[in-house]
Amino acid sequence: MTASSTLKFASQSVAKPYFIFALILFAGQIVFGLIMGLQYIIGDFLFPAIPFNVARMVHTNLLIVWLLFGFMGAAYYLIPEEADVELHSPLLAWILFWVFAVAGTLTVLGYLLVPYATLASITGNDLLPTMGREFLEQPTITKVGIVVVALGFLYNVGMTVLKGRKTVINVVMMTGLVGLAVMFLFAFYNPENLVMDKFYWWWVVHLWVEGVWELILGAILAFVLIKVTGVDREVIEKWLYVIIGLALMTGIIGTGHHYFWIGTPSYWQPLGSIFSALEPLPFFAMVLFAFNAINHRRKEHPNQAAVLWAMGTSVMAFLGAGVWGFLHTLSPVNYYTHGSQITAAHGHMAFYGAYAMIVLTIISYAMPIIRGQGQAAPNRAQITEMWGFWLMTVSMVFITLFLTAAGVVQVWLQRLPESGAALSFMDTQQQLNIFYWARELAGVIFLIGLLVYFASFFVKGEAADVTAMKAARARAQI
Amino acid sequence: MAEKFTKGAARNIYYGGSLFFILLFLALTLHTTRAAPETSHAENLTESVARGKLVWEENNCIGCHTLLGEGAYYAPELGNVYVRRGGDASFKDYFAAWMKIQPLPAPGRRKMPQFNLTDQQVDDLAEFLKWTSQIDTQDWPPNVEG
Repeated sequence: MTASSTLKFASQSVAKPYFIFALILFAGQIVFGLIMGLQYIIGDFLFPAIPFNVARMVHTNLLIVWLLFGFMGAAYYLIPEEADVELHSPLLAWILFWVFAVAGTLTVLGYLLVPYATLASITGNDLLPTMGREFLEQPTITKVGIVVVALGFLYNVGMTVLKGRKTVINVVMMTGLVGLAVMFLFAFYNPENLVMDKFYWWWVVHLWVEGVWELILGAILAFVLIKVTGVDREVIEKWLYVIIGLALMTGIIGTGHHYFWIGTPSYWQPLGSIFSALEPLPFFAMVLFAFNAINHRRKEHPNQAAVLWAMGTSVMAFLGAGVWGFLHTLSPVNYYTHGSQITAAHGHMAFYGAYAMIVLTIISYAMPIIRGQGQAAPNRAQITEMWGFWLMTVSMVFITLFLTAAGVVQVWLQRLPESGAALSFMDTQQQLNIFYWARELAGVIFLIGLLVYFASFFVKGEAADVTAMKAARARAQI
Repeated sequence: MAEKFTKGAARNIYYGGSLFFILLFLALTLHTTRAAPETSHAENLTESVARGKLVWEENNCIGCHTLLGEGAYYAPELGNVYVRRGGDASFKDYFAAWMKIQPLPAPGRRKMPQFNLTDQQVDDLAEFLKWTSQIDTQDWPPNVEG
């Protein structure tokens, strides 16, 4: 651990391994995404070494785990600073880092090296069956490990908050993190009745991404905006309450948009449609929040890359979670689009825009300080980082557009015609290859963007200079 | 935003609004949970169906297929496969034969692995898919292709 002179508290540097490991897992996620993208077109690519279901499990689980590492890193960085005290126990944070990193790596190796049924058998899934459900594929013992890590983590950051200032950002962040852990407990509830299984499965998945994770997102964004704009904390905190209030007031009953067709009562259709139609509001508020704060900034922060990520995450979260979510959330529309490539399009942009980008925002803000580069990375490094930002973000827009086009054609061929006239699933997929090739190409550009982003960490140069960075940002935004 | 809208007001709306909707959600959950035996025809949920669900889970079928529209979008929807592939008349024979011949020797086609299931497991899985096809899904999917 190297304590840097610019860190407010030396213990904040424990965020560093979390951020680095998150980015390594991110790279793995993208590689497996590309493998799957190719398997969509060349069906026997890497078969039987890596069947599609294995690649997908690795792709989605790496996403979840790297975001969790990112959230934890964010918490270890911002909670001591907000609380104005050292982290309760940096040692515990280090121990939990290794526990989580080793357990996560072993789980992914398990996915890749043995058949899933064997993994289920050797980890005793029969005793408490929790495996084989989307995103919750982890062996039960891994899930127990996640709970243990989460408890240790919450204890550590919780004690820190209790000892220090209880700012709104810290309280909201803690609420989000506790909510994350509590909702995960429903991963252990797997009733024999598929309808109830699915109903409570969404308590983990939906109440994470459209509930408590939005609190974490809001808190991180608010923290970074205070730092890079110097806008009055009172104003930022009011906005934060508005955003998370809107998020929970729309998102909780908005869970109903998952309860249209899984064997639940019909009243979920109007309820889910109305409330989820309002779910773009918190994301729209987030765009206004970020842009207002930046327009009313009281200082020019030298880390213009972090400012770009903060603006970018608000816009892309609004587009991906808000607009693309709204596209197919009304039940009469969802009747035709449910479980099609439209869903995949929404999932990609929403996860990237809301959660990948907020983690990249806090990494962009915090890493230069942790690394002792001062308030920001050198100008040349920031310009490289901005190239990474634009390559990844624009290619994600194209991935989303191509998947949306594939989804529209899929609905047209497979869902809209009557039985007998409709094309089968497999025949429909054949018709979508052109979109899948285009998506794969966009995916390759995303990977290039990620490599450029990684390279930015190694670019050396003169210390950051605000004026030059503003000019660079202006050029980059053309 | 007007001056009157203070941070305190925003905080109160957040806490009050959230609490209200959490309580509403819990009430709806209670109702849905009580209605589930009827909408899912729980009276037909035999031990074989329950074992079949475990076979479904322990082979990660959801990693390629959708079930009631949820899962991966790589392979066909299976919530209604029982109806699509012959129903009471022929589904079980079709399904057993289908599981045996995987992976299909068609170059370039998407591949389903050979799971080496026992006859009992295949039968349980078929029972699970049959039971699933009878869930009241508000008429979803729109047609037999899923």
